[in-house]
Amino acid sequence: MVPPWHEKLASIEATEAGLQSAGYIPSRPISTALYLAHHLQKPILVEGPAGVGKTELAKAAASWLGLGLIRMQCYEGLDESKALYEWKYGKQLLYTQILKDRMGAVLGEEPGLDAAMRRLHGVSDLFFSEEFLEPRPLLKALRQPEGAVLLIDEVDKADQEFEAFLLELLSDYQVSIPEIGTVRAEVAPIVLLTSNSQRDLGDALKRRCLHLHIGLPEPRLEARIIAARVPGIAEALRRQLVAFVQQMRTLDLKKLPSVSETIDWARVLVLLHVRELDPALVRETLNVLLKFESDIEAVEPRIAELLQAARSEAVPVR
Amino acid sequence: MSGAAVMDGPLLDFFRAARGAGLRISPAESIDAVRAVEVVGFEEREALRDTLSLVLAKTPAEKRAFAECFERFFRRGSFADDELTPPPAAATPEGSPAGGEGEGGGSALGRMLLANDQAALAAEVEAAAAAVGLVNIAIFTQVNLFTRRMLDRMGLAALEREIAATQDADRANRLRTGRDRLRERVRDFVQQNLLLFAEGKNQEFRERLLTQTRLSAIDRRDHERMRVLVRAMAKRLATQYGRPRKRDRRGVLDVRRTLRRNMGWEAIPFLPVWKQERIDKPKLVVLCDVSGSVAPLAQFLLLFLYSLNEALAGLRAFAFSNSLIEVSEILERLPIEKAIPEVLQRIGFGSSNYGQALADFEAGWLGILDSQTTVIILGDGRGNRNPARSEILRRMAERAKQVVWLNPEPRTLWGTGDSDMPRYAPHCRVTAVCNSLQHLERVISGLLRDGA
Repeated sequence: MVPPWHEKLASIEATEAGLQSAGYIPSRPISTALYLAHHLQKPILVEGPAGVGKTELAKAAASWLGLGLIRMQCYEGLDESKALYEWKYGKQLLYTQILKDRMGAVLGEEPGLDAAMRRLHGVSDLFFSEEFLEPRPLLKALRQPEGAVLLIDEVDKADQEFEAFLLELLSDYQVSIPEIGTVRAEVAPIVLLTSNSQRDLGDALKRRCLHLHIGLPEPRLEARIIAARVPGIAEALRRQLVAFVQQMRTLDLKKLPSVSETIDWARVLVLLHVRELDPALVRETLNVLLKFESDIEAVEPRIAELLQAARSEAVPVR
Repeated sequence: MSGAAVMDGPLLDFFRAARGAGLRISPAESIDAVRAVEVVGFEEREALRDTLSLVLAKTPAEKRAFAECFERFFRRGSFADDELTPPPAAATPEGSPAGGEGEGGGSALGRMLLANDQAALAAEVEAAAAAVGLVNIAIFTQVNLFTRRMLDRMGLAALEREIAATQDADRANRLRTGRDRLRERVRDFVQQNLLLFAEGKNQEFRERLLTQTRLSAIDRRDHERMRVLVRAMAKRLATQYGRPRKRDRRGVLDVRRTLRRNMGWEAIPFLPVWKQERIDKPKLVVLCDVSGSVAPLAQFLLLFLYSLNEALAGLRAFAFSNSLIEVSEILERLPIEKAIPEVLQRIGFGSSNYGQALADFEAGWLGILDSQTTVIILGDGRGNRNPARSEILRRMAERAKQVVWLNPEPRTLWGTGDSDMPRYAPHCRVTAVCNSLQHLERVISGLLRDGA
């Protein structure tokens, strides 16, 4: 079945424009990935450092396409009863109690055990049916009539067994539930998996996905992202700030500031009504950009020098 | 299906080139790539690159290799529009079109050369390359062979005859320069292909060979490559075993967690939860024989273990030949390339005395062994007829969790000559032959898996 949003993903350019309209400034490979994910019906595995917008991509895609975003956060010990489905045991229990009397009435007229047994077989699947099924994120995503954006976040945090369990879902957009049968997606959801490379994912998983690596953005792109995300910022400040952060990324730090930190910093500067960066101000707000004490200590003495370099490097943005 | 048409084309060659560059491309992925290219099309090079990169390259390192290979591959196609484009001076541009008609009689190749028909020549070169299977080129010594085969296929012999038979000196001259130029071009072309298709293949072959070669037989110039290999192996194991791991003890119910898990339905235990045990990271004490015969192996074992540190709870290293010293400090302070020679200088290259080494260990460090420690001894067990003192090993085995003995000699040699292996073996939980990287990896990953 062709979903109503098929039209929107007509070309790579349309995808790019669409994501931009949702406030996400994609690089070329990102929009290509989303475009292909739909047309090839393959999930995207997004890797990259923290805070470059992996999760944000899924949100933007969902809001642009007008689909629900179904998010599943992975963690150690996650299993299929939390990810796929669960039986409503309480309800099953309650119903057996309530139906106990009715059972007598139904079976009462049957002469002999055999006949009663046969009659019971007729209603055997009563308690393991859709009625008692509690769908979890993965099953929910498959059963959305309009399709959905399914975000499987930080898949590297889950156990290897869970990864193996995902394979059926990812390659055929279907899952097998022993008691009911195979559930197949009417409209294949757009699936994004993200990973921070805490451990290497299995080859089988990688093979089934498009592999998108989002790195730290180049200055021009980052400036556009800031413009989209922090609308109130003055052009000159934006240029300086991006150049400064770019300079900082050349240092040897424990955790380089990524886009989300740049955005936070820009917001802080706007709140403080800053017109231009100066060393004292940078020093005071450095903790927005850097999250490790040792990194802050490493950068502090070099702020003036970095600012100088940033001023000479600041690229004009259209 | 239209896929077949795409598949025949340059895409297939590109897969081969990409495999050559070290990317692992499975058949399923190549099918995906073909489908993806059908969707995106060949027209735009940037889109094509992004697309193929998404489908084929699955790690940052592979992405880099891919980008390089892509550039090189599609640059290769530029045979036609390179330096040759300006008509050669010898082919006096407008002077000979009249004569050109008369040239029709010569060989096809000669005609092309005289007309300087670059497009046709390029097509000929491509066709010849396909005909002789240039993509299968593997080593540099084949360059001449392939060049000659391609030239033969393009009709060099006929051209030579034509040159010999031509009366017109100017024409013969032009043919000759054309031929020389062509030869050069084809040679360059072959060389480019060698770079494209063979480099990765050679590297891969060499590395596979190295993991299987006896460590003592490995050439010094390959040591650098070996270190890279060892580090890669260690990294793989470390990511696999670096995290805390648990395993279920099935059959032992964890009552507290079972109640909590089943609280939703009045604590009727639909879902039992088993008690779990933590798999400890191994704590290692390594004793390495660094006398002549075992030293190369010791080097790689130590490198391996020191690259593993996040998967290990503790590691202390000792080296011995005729006496024993602790070398942990040296190995932590210096990079392994420098540390090993320093260790060897302090102690190595004597004749080994296992009894003395064990006695030294007992006197100095027996206290560090406890019920969590695994002792790894690396040596051939040849003590040059000194007393074996296997009772010390017994005492060590009693204190430690286990003793693992790695011996570079094949099992059939254990116990021959001055080998004391049979005396030591009863006190070891594991004795293993270990003389190549492969062996080393197998032993170490076994230790990590069971949480030695």
